[in-house]
Amino acid sequence: MIHRLHSVMNKPARGSLLGIEHMEDKEILGLLKLARRMNPLKARPLLRNKRIMLLFYEASTRTRSSFEIAAKSLGAITTLVQSSGSSIEKGESLLDTGSTLRAVGADAIVIRHPAAGAPHLMAKHLDIPVINAGDGMHEHPSQALLDAFTILKHKKSFKGLQVAIIGDILHSRVTRSNCHLLTRFGVKITLCGPPEFVPEVAATLAPGLRVTRHIEDALRGADVIMLLRLQKERLVGQKIRVQDYIARYQMTAQRLKLARRDAIVMHPGPIIRGLELTAEVADGPQSVIIDEVHNGVPTRMAILAHALGKAK
Amino acid sequence: MPNDKSKPRALLIKGGHVIDPAAKTNGPMDVLLRDGRVAEIAPPNKVRGSADEKFDARGLIVAPGFIDLHVHLREPGQGYKETIASGTAAAAVGGFTSVCTMPNTSPVVDTDDWVAWLRHADREAVVNVFPIGAATRGSRGTALTDFAALQRAGAVAVTDDGKPILDDEIMRAAMRLGAELNLPVVQHAEDTRLTEACSMHEGATSFRLGLRGMPAAAEANIVDRDVTLAQHIRESRLHVAHLSTSDALKAVRRGKRAKARVTCEVAPHHFTLLDEDVGEYNTNFKMNPPLRSAADREAILVALADGTVDAIATDHAPHATHEKQVEFEHASFGITGLETALALAITQLHREHKIPLTRIVELFTAGPARVFDLPGRGSLARGNIADVTIFDPKKRWTFEAAKSRSLSHNTPFDGWQFTGKVVATIVGGRVVYRAD
Repeated sequence: MIHRLHSVMNKPARGSLLGIEHMEDKEILGLLKLARRMNPLKARPLLRNKRIMLLFYEASTRTRSSFEIAAKSLGAITTLVQSSGSSIEKGESLLDTGSTLRAVGADAIVIRHPAAGAPHLMAKHLDIPVINAGDGMHEHPSQALLDAFTILKHKKSFKGLQVAIIGDILHSRVTRSNCHLLTRFGVKITLCGPPEFVPEVAATLAPGLRVTRHIEDALRGADVIMLLRLQKERLVGQKIRVQDYIARYQMTAQRLKLARRDAIVMHPGPIIRGLELTAEVADGPQSVIIDEVHNGVPTRMAILAHALGKAK
Repeated sequence: MPNDKSKPRALLIKGGHVIDPAAKTNGPMDVLLRDGRVAEIAPPNKVRGSADEKFDARGLIVAPGFIDLHVHLREPGQGYKETIASGTAAAAVGGFTSVCTMPNTSPVVDTDDWVAWLRHADREAVVNVFPIGAATRGSRGTALTDFAALQRAGAVAVTDDGKPILDDEIMRAAMRLGAELNLPVVQHAEDTRLTEACSMHEGATSFRLGLRGMPAAAEANIVDRDVTLAQHIRESRLHVAHLSTSDALKAVRRGKRAKARVTCEVAPHHFTLLDEDVGEYNTNFKMNPPLRSAADREAILVALADGTVDAIATDHAPHATHEKQVEFEHASFGITGLETALALAITQLHREHKIPLTRIVELFTAGPARVFDLPGRGSLARGNIADVTIFDPKKRWTFEAAKSRSLSHNTPFDGWQFTGKVVATIVGGRVVYRAD
């Protein structure tokens, strides 16, 4: 097959997962339903001989390993390409790398990239599904789906839930995806943190969002608490005083009591104990942080099966 | 300068409607061009001199040649994006008879030799080229260039465009030296301390897309400081390039009220598009200054109508496909604009916002001619240089980037339907472009 380099194709290939924002409700619910039927320990080889490229321009532990386990559980072949140790290091462009991976036989590309919109660019120019595994500060749709999956395991439904998201919201792609996903199913979300991490404009992201500077205000009545790491690598010269942050926003066992008794504590990881949360909270009975990681595998199995048209 | 091998003959532009705001002309007039000058301008059939050729301008507007104060023609050094020849060909299609070139080339135009090189006949310019020299050596912002030498070689202004002249003392020194020589200092107003790693305007759209945003204050802060300098340094001339925010306009108004010699230009994309138009990371909507908020665009529309803005300038900034088909944050800033400027002005300003055609013509002619003091241009008064732009204000057409004369096609307006089209461009009495 002759593949035209950089041929302009405006629509991403069917099965692509670029972001939650422009997805249809039924597509989201369909993926969540499919994820519940995926069991990595009793997987069917739905993707036998399919080649899935894991293209990682940024560090990752959870996302990379769980996409890889998900793909392999479905019988697919995976190849990991990272920016160091590949032609990317030599200055190859994103589109040329995409064309190269297509030419060696990729059936789908899972991409993590520090630049917002990188998966969208690739999807516009390739005829195979592109799955966004996190693009800059923009979106992390598979994380939002596994978070939704996790919430539904602990709560009956999304309706009427109150979610508090606390921390570095400005730099958080997980928050953007979670806000787009949860608010459309009637969840009320409070974004909490200092102005340098939670600008007022954050409330315009989706309907049903509000901003507060006070953690007590955010926690009162919350069913779900999502904590975020301070993304020092994205600060670009901005300076924050860590001790002040800890004093005002660290999740402690004491503060957790303000939330509903059955509230769950979530975190997309990596967690920094002693900073955004105490070890006591991280390991406490309300923490579902490890459960989230665990749920990443069936969720990503569903995403991959859907992407390659094998969702049965 | 345009290639002048064949001596221009006498050309009579007959039956057109002349709009010449500097001469307060707005009515049916015939225009006779001879020996590169405007020989006569008179009511229909009253021109007495003879002509070798006639141009039938019935139903068309005949205006002084358009002047673009702000283009990047990429030479020396970046001929793969644009050349003087290709860029001026695009200018001719857009009705521009004169373009002022920015010095942020490779190398930077910071010596009289490079100014002379730009003006040399070997560049094969189709329209007049007026170079703007660098204000500081290498545009590094630390030591002023030799303004007098640049001016003697033909530079019409100085700037470090692409970057601001950030340092207070350097800017003050530039304004002082400019005042001595009656040379405008053109400022790219961006407080780069507030825009590090930013790729669009700061607002709801940048937050949603996860892109770092340039605050509007990054522009206004610099314009504010510069206007204050212009007020305090006698005879100094400040020209604010590609003004894009409401707050920067306030500073310009303050300067103008205080009778400081402060002028400003606005680019067509800033009076047409908004930050939200970048859609899903379309790099043809990435430029610096970036597309702004609806309130900023509204303020710009008011200022274009009320006379605060002196000129429409394109900031024509061609880039090769491989520099734009990349991650949004990594894509080069800038879009092409020479061939769509008049069409956007007529479609957006005249038809949509009811700004009179006379004012629009002023923004392309008398306005910019005053900003840089281009003698004999910007008006069709008898004896002036025979630079003429003829356009059809009612012609509907579709812009196709692939057919552009520019070497680059990085435009957000590909496929746009416009009203208003250039029919002919005349430089020094010679027709350099004529629509099919």
